[in-house]
Parts: sequence; structure tokens; C-alpha cells
Amino acid sequence: MNSYCNGLQCRECGRKFDLEPIFACDFCFGPLEVDYNYENIKADLNKNKIESGPSSLWRYAPLLPCNPEFKIDLGDGFTPLIKANRLAKAIGLDHLWIKNDTVNPTWSFKDRVVSVAIAKAIEFNFSAIACASTGNLANSVAAHAAAAGLDCYVFIPQDLEQGKVVGSAIYAPNLIKVEGSYDDVNRLCTELSMVKNWAFVNINVRPYYSEGSKTLGFEICEQLGWRTPDHIVAPMASGSMYTKIWKGIKEFHKLGLIDEPKVRLSGAQASGCSPITTAYENNSFTFVPQKPDTIAKSLAIGNPADGYYALKQMEETNGHAAQASDSEIIEAMNLLAETEGIFAETAGGVTIACLKKLVETNKITKSEETVAVISGGGLKTIEAVSDVANNAMLVKPNIDSFEMNLTH
Amino acid sequence: MSERRVKLTFLNDKIKDPLIYQMGHEFNVVTNIRMADITSEIGWVMLGLVGETTEIDKALAWAQANGIQVDPDATVGDIVEG
Repeated sequence: MNSYCNGLQCRECGRKFDLEPIFACDFCFGPLEVDYNYENIKADLNKNKIESGPSSLWRYAPLLPCNPEFKIDLGDGFTPLIKANRLAKAIGLDHLWIKNDTVNPTWSFKDRVVSVAIAKAIEFNFSAIACASTGNLANSVAAHAAAAGLDCYVFIPQDLEQGKVVGSAIYAPNLIKVEGSYDDVNRLCTELSMVKNWAFVNINVRPYYSEGSKTLGFEICEQLGWRTPDHIVAPMASGSMYTKIWKGIKEFHKLGLIDEPKVRLSGAQASGCSPITTAYENNSFTFVPQKPDTIAKSLAIGNPADGYYALKQMEETNGHAAQASDSEIIEAMNLLAETEGIFAETAGGVTIACLKKLVETNKITKSEETVAVISGGGLKTIEAVSDVANNAMLVKPNIDSFEMNLTH
Repeated sequence: MSERRVKLTFLNDKIKDPLIYQMGHEFNVVTNIRMADITSEIGWVMLGLVGETTEIDKALAWAQANGIQVDPDATVGDIVEG
């Protein structure tokens, strides 16, 4: 057993389990989470050690639930935290930072969770790694499996756009198109996870996989000079990333690396798939699963595993939730690109559109130093903003024509 | 025999209907409530079902036809991610 981890623990009833590839408490069906030995970690980890570590999320290895000996590090994480003065001015904030996760190896934050999941899968001696995904997760799992030389099975809905299929197929996984609806893919993968000796990243190794998102919280604190901002806005799909950012911040405080955090955390969803935000707006901790219909497909989780915990966290940190329509998402993608030079996928548009709404409604005040998490790169969802290409000038190949068109 | 875990969501008037009791009588499945919550507007149940696969499928289709929202095990939620 890793000396930094005691085992797994049920988030509901507190029952303890060994570090095994399991994800649910067999007593209450509650989700399992890694239980760390913070005393051992504190004895071995300090700011200097972290700062002299690799330029990736593996600089926080003692706070991850796997043996770093098994890591497949494509340069995952430790992405830039960029001061976004022009965007701040446009939306009415004094201080805004962008946590730019578009620059991960496969251009999304999923590299953080997959990096941890694949290390754990190798440690558990699984024969293969698998996932079901429409985009970012599939790309990341396929890439890391290729680098590890591990068999890989990626399940996708049969009608997925060609561009998204290529983003995974290039890494040569076993790519399986499933006939039927998303629900059918869900069900097939659940059944396969019970009969195959594979690590399904968000099923049987989910308690380890999800820990990768904590590194967003670690990095924000470290990059701000070992402190928290006043407010963080993050996108919510399953709600896992949103909750793990807070877990990471609390762990840094527990280890004495930062002062007591007073940061507020708010979540962003697309209106076409907003089970968590809708529950928040109804003052309820119970969300109603939805059938997604949004251009922000990377956030299209209608039945979010961590929805309840996200809602509890909003209350705990005095944060909020917001939602953005498809047109607001596109507008925000353009705004981020035009003001900060960052081309985000639709999920980034959701975050910026919701940030703007939270400022407009005074839920984030002008003086609050805010960090917005941009979770994936824009080339993945180019169709959402392809209209901008129509803005190009057409000129004849001479200076007169160019000058004449420029003045119009 | 197989076992399946599902999340059932009851909205509005459906909250007061004894649908899990009826499910156990109409179909040859063993129903096992493992976690649940209820307010005046919404209720949800994490339900374990044991029986033949076809019988479980029929029981869940019947629940949906009776206005209950049936979703996969909420511990994992949707497996297909973006």
C-alpha cells in the first residue's frame, strides 16, 4: 500500500476499503474516495520540493493516489495561469486570471485525470484501459495508452462527427462505434466493466481518476504565490472537476502550504444540459437528470455523478451556479479569443459566459480576484464558431484593391 | 440471474405512488433500496434489482411508462463523457 494513502472510503457512510479497482460502497452504493495519510505527506512535502519537481502535475505526486514509478507523463498539467486584463475590463472585473488548460498534451483538462488513471491501471496490472467518450476523454485515453503501450478500447456513439473520431483514431486504439443512443453506450460499458479485466477510467478506477482534477486547485494556489484567489469559476459536467479543485485547495491548507482558504467556487453549465445549475436555482440539493441538447458537448452529462456534492460545495464556499445558452457560449468564445488570444472549445465559452453573468448580477463583485478555468482547446469544436471565417476580406493581388477594401 | 443498480427519480404526484412495491409484485425481481431522499417536490432512490435480465428490463420499462425517470447508477452517472 502507498504510504501516503490509507485506502478508499465511502463518501456517504464512511466505510473503509482497500486500494482496489472498486468505485461504490457495497453497503450504501455511495461513491468511494481516496483516504490519504496527511501526516506522512506533510513530513515529505514542502513548497521547495514541489517547486523543484517536474513541470507537470506529477510535481504533486505524494498527493496523487498512485505510485509515480508507473506514471506516463506527456507533460500533463502545470498549465499557464494568465493575467487576463483585457477580458477583465470587458466584463467589469478588476483582476481576472485564466487557467489555460487548452495547452495540455491532448488539449484538454482530461489529461490530468487520465494521467493518474493510467498510472493506477498499470499499477493494478490491468490488461487494457477503456473509456466511453464523445471527445476529450477519448483523445486523452487513446494518447496515454499509446505512450504506455497499453491495449486501449474507446467506445463512441456511431454518429459521432468525423473530426472527433480522428482525434482518437490517430493514436490507434481499438475504436468501437456503438449502435444506439448514449444510454445504450452507457449500459454496454457498465456491463463490459463487470466482465472484462480492463480499467474503465470513469468506472472501476474512478476514485483514482477523479483525483487528477485536484491538481487544478494545487496549481492555481502555487502559481498565485501559495495563496488562493477570491473566486474560481469552473465548468461543470459530472461536477467532479469543480469539487476536486476545492478538495485540492483544502489539502494544501491541511498541509500548511497556504493560509485558510476563503475562496468562493462557482460552477458553469450550458442551458441545454444544466441539471446542477437548475437544482441550484431551485434551492434544491436534488438534481433531476436531463437529456442533453447543447453545443457544449464536453459538458453534456445529464446524470452527473458528483451533482449532489457540487451543490453542497456551492453552499459551503458561498459560490453560485449559472447557465449559458448556445448563442451566449459562442459569443463568449469569441470574446475570450479577441481579448486574450485564447481559442477555447465550447466548454470555455460556457465558463466565460457564466462568469460574465455572475459579474452582471453582482454575484461576483468587481474587486474579487477571479480565476476562470478554461478546460479545452477550440480546434476541437471549430464548427461552433466557423462563421468567423466569413469575415475575411477578398482582395485582388494589388495594393490598391487591398487599400480600397480596408477602408470599407 | 443478474444484478443492476439504477437511480429512480419521482417527480410531483408520483412521489406518493407505491411504485417500488408494485414493481416487486408485477415482475419477478427483488428490489433493494440502498439510498434515498425525498422532499415535497422530488424523491430519488438508489435501487438494486436482482432477477433475470429480461425481467429487470421489463420492470424498468414499466417504471418509465408509469412516469418514473430511470437513470444508470448515480455513483458513476453518465459514463459517456465529453
